Amino acid sequence: MLKAEYLTKRFGGVTAVDDFSFRVKKGTIHAIIGPNGAGKTTLVNMITGVYSCDEGTVWLDGADITNTATDQLVYRGVCRTFQHLEVCGNMTALENILLGFDRYMTKNLMQVCFRSKRVREDEARYTQRALHLLDLIGIASHAHTKVKNLSYGILKKLEIIRALATSPELILLDEPVAGLNPKETAEVAALIRTLTKDEVTIILIEHDMRMVMELSDYITVMNFGKKLAEGTPKEIRDNPEVIKAYLGSGSF
Amino acid sequence: MKTLKLSRSLIILAVILILIPFFMSNDFYYEIVIVALFNSMIVIGLNLLMGYAGQISLAHGAFAGLGGYISAVLVGHFGLPPLVSIGSALVFMALFAYIISKPILKLSGHYLAMATLGIGVIITIILNSEEELTGGADGMSVESLTLFGFELSESWQWYLLAALLLLFILWLIENLIDSPLGRILRSIHDSEKASSSVGVDVSHYKSIVFVISVVIATLAGSLYAFFSGFISPQEASFNHSIELVVMVVLGGMGRLYGAVVGAFILTALPQLLTSFEEYQTLIYGSIIILVMIFMPKGVISLFDRFDMGSHHAKS
Repeated sequence: MLKAEYLTKRFGGVTAVDDFSFRVKKGTIHAIIGPNGAGKTTLVNMITGVYSCDEGTVWLDGADITNTATDQLVYRGVCRTFQHLEVCGNMTALENILLGFDRYMTKNLMQVCFRSKRVREDEARYTQRALHLLDLIGIASHAHTKVKNLSYGILKKLEIIRALATSPELILLDEPVAGLNPKETAEVAALIRTLTKDEVTIILIEHDMRMVMELSDYITVMNFGKKLAEGTPKEIRDNPEVIKAYLGSGSF
Repeated sequence: MKTLKLSRSLIILAVILILIPFFMSNDFYYEIVIVALFNSMIVIGLNLLMGYAGQISLAHGAFAGLGGYISAVLVGHFGLPPLVSIGSALVFMALFAYIISKPILKLSGHYLAMATLGIGVIITIILNSEEELTGGADGMSVESLTLFGFELSESWQWYLLAALLLLFILWLIENLIDSPLGRILRSIHDSEKASSSVGVDVSHYKSIVFVISVVIATLAGSLYAFFSGFISPQEASFNHSIELVVMVVLGGMGRLYGAVVGAFILTALPQLLTSFEEYQTLIYGSIIILVMIFMPKGVISLFDRFDMGSHHAKS
């Protein structure tokens, strides 16, 4: 599905991502873990075109998507969420989700200004689908609440279903449970699991080890911008290099 | 589902506009109201840019003025029919806005304000210095407007034209705000990152909203030039641009009908205060400061208890 080869990103003298390569198989949950500052978010930003890659190539199903802008990637089936919540606070929950569907709705100026039949039909159809998605995370009753009045935990989930609204084949989740309590974390994990039922591939950046170990099919460990290890959750758990990176060398 | 959806606010405004002529005892009052109507149009466009899409422009007075000049010059110096002149001004200004939008809307906040300020000042300088075409600082006279062989000369005719046009523009923009396009504009205001993560080409939509607002300003500026029969660089001045921004904020940012309220208050206020003579500016400034302190969401928020204005304001 996604193949990244020799990705490198330098910020001044710091090489945040250093000659990093990995592959994601279709329909899997692929976790990328690593200590703080390992370069995980930088990696996501490189894949999604927020940062330009100094070196390396990103392939999506055999097509070169290196440095393709985030909004263009959506049209190729790649969508992302953010470590620091990015939702539209002054819009309602429903509108936030509809935003995800906007790629399918007509935005032709004439049609829009005269509120054509197409515009009304689009609105009705996608409002139904958006409400269905809100139902999925149990907040259909808050559809018309401005999201700045909703809790952080709900918004983390809202961000994920907004991404889902764009009908992606690949979703990059950047720390979807950061700052959530155990109950909310479990809910997000369940949500992520339902996504994979629809054949959506997921790249999961996360610190919550328990969730990563439970959810992921495959794990890549990053440290100082380099690949430290990769394998199944079991292999990673037993890998001495990984334990060293997380817990220190142990040789005091 | 009804084909023609009219909001309650639009109907209320239409009723008010129908009632206004009954209180117009002389042409002077008419003139103030007509100027307020034209200002309302510009402010609606500017509010779309500022209040909805979250981009500032300190050059909309200049755009309206430049648009007015283009129409006036095409009629006065090249003898084109008024409608053709206005049409050409709209096309030219739309292209102009599109081209300048690409570099300047990459900026945001103070930097965008500075860039638009610069463009506005440049336009004023050009209008002042191209004396052969524009008459320089003295301005130029503009022929009266003839539409389909019918000359608009009476105040009530102008009032009718401006009022109908305002209602039409409000209806169009209200539809736009309530559409996927409007949603995208509001999302850009809230979070550009969120918008682009769902496939919104942020720079494209910023350009679109900028062009729309400049086109409306050009239309209003052109009609104003024909209405007053005279245009000077004063219309394109920095002062006028600031006045328009204050109208947006005073009326209510991101509130469609706030634009109309703001435009009417700020157009009428200086006239009402003329009897205070030298204290006029002082009182004018104080009123604006007090309104902004006690009504930070704009004067339109006073009407919220009657559920007027944009329903997006509900939370």
